[in-house]
Amino acid sequence: MGLELYLDLLSQPCRAIYIFAKKNSIPFELRTVDLRKGQHLSDAFAQVNPLQKVPVLKDGDFILTESVAILLYLARKYEVPDHWYPRDLQASARVDEYLAWQHTALRRNCLRALWHKVMLPVFLAEPVSPEMLAATLAELDMALQVLEGKFLQDKAFLTGPHISLADLVAITELMHPVGAGCQVFKGRPKLAAWRQRVEAAVGEVLFQEAHEVILKAKDSQPADPTLKQKMLPKVLAMIQ
Amino acid sequence: MGLELYLDLLSQPCRAVYIFAKKNRIPFELRTVDLLKGQNHSDDFVQVNPLRKVPALKDGDFTLAESVAILLYLARKYEAPDHWYPQDLQARARVDEYLSWQHTALRMSCTRAMWQKMMFPGFLGQRVPPETLANTLAELDRCLQLLEDKFLKDQDFLAGPRISVADLVAITELMHPVSAGCDIFKSRPKLAAWRQRVEAAVGEDLFREAHAVIMKAKDLPPADTAVKERLKPLAQLFL
Repeated sequence: MGLELYLDLLSQPCRAIYIFAKKNSIPFELRTVDLRKGQHLSDAFAQVNPLQKVPVLKDGDFILTESVAILLYLARKYEVPDHWYPRDLQASARVDEYLAWQHTALRRNCLRALWHKVMLPVFLAEPVSPEMLAATLAELDMALQVLEGKFLQDKAFLTGPHISLADLVAITELMHPVGAGCQVFKGRPKLAAWRQRVEAAVGEVLFQEAHEVILKAKDSQPADPTLKQKMLPKVLAMIQ
Repeated sequence: MGLELYLDLLSQPCRAVYIFAKKNRIPFELRTVDLLKGQNHSDDFVQVNPLRKVPALKDGDFTLAESVAILLYLARKYEAPDHWYPQDLQARARVDEYLSWQHTALRMSCTRAMWQKMMFPGFLGQRVPPETLANTLAELDRCLQLLEDKFLKDQDFLAGPRISVADLVAITELMHPVSAGCDIFKSRPKLAAWRQRVEAAVGEDLFREAHAVIMKAKDLPPADTAVKERLKPLAQLFL
């Protein structure tokens, strides 16, 4: 059995990995783990990842979690073009800096925006107060300001003149609130221009393919009560 | 001007960077940024890190934020021994996996435990509801279980047989609740044994030196009104 990637394209980090693997023609078996059907909670999947999360990589006996670790592993093992994670000391530091910052900043805010605006009310039938949603969107706005002001600035891509892992991780994050109907690029021409460049570098067809699921998030079927009961506490812990 | 490291040893990630640099004899100027005094908001420091956080690195004109990025930069630039961040593909992946996981797991629960048990009541004179503290300590306990079961397992160190940056990042986190009086190693013999190994690998003197500030945090005199006002936003984050 070759490389297996356990993914649900509903998930931001899964999209980044999917795009990266496809773009670099890395051969893999896609193992879809449908989060909205609770497949991540199955006994079978627990054998792969006892933490019950996606994405997961399985390469023979080697199992790896954490999207950043997976992206770096793939980049190294498959010797992808240098710009994805440059050899240059300062250039790779810039990518590391973004990949570290995003966990508790943009990632968190994009996740909360999707769940507070769409997934909690639509999928889990859990109302979210307007104040909570407003606070979340305000935090997202601040993170977008940092993304533009500290990371992008006047560069073509987040960490330099070429696309890197940082851009993949960031763009897939931003498609989360976009999928929820938030117009994150409106009034942000710099960011909108960067998005165009990233999509062009990735390839429009691949980009659209990776984002088909999230763009239909608001059409999610409500979870049945048993699944809701199992998922709700985990979701609340995930988005805290 | 050579390498400058902007640190406050009150902060877990600063301790990891400090220990790594000292252990590997990396020459640097220590620029102390006193967080409780709000020095991270000074105009000078904002030039170094507009995110107003420590640790931060300045190497000539190059500035860098984020402790994980700083550790990897130092490891590469100063060609630290391989075990800190191994060349081997899978060994390195294990370190990356830990460094990624900890941001939203152990890091959060250790910070909350320390602030809720010690800094809010002691330093800021702010009451923390017992249920809040209890939830935080339960979450910390879950993270410690994961640390043991998923990362440490039966290995000597988190990512394999030798100490790596993952162990430095983890041990400095765990000293946060320890400094607040949480006896996290009691009834966790595996973790306690790992701690001994990490301290021995780092060196007892360096380990103690790096933790002098945090271990004395419980003796800080209560903050004055100005400090309390300034640190109010932290309450939103850590409560």
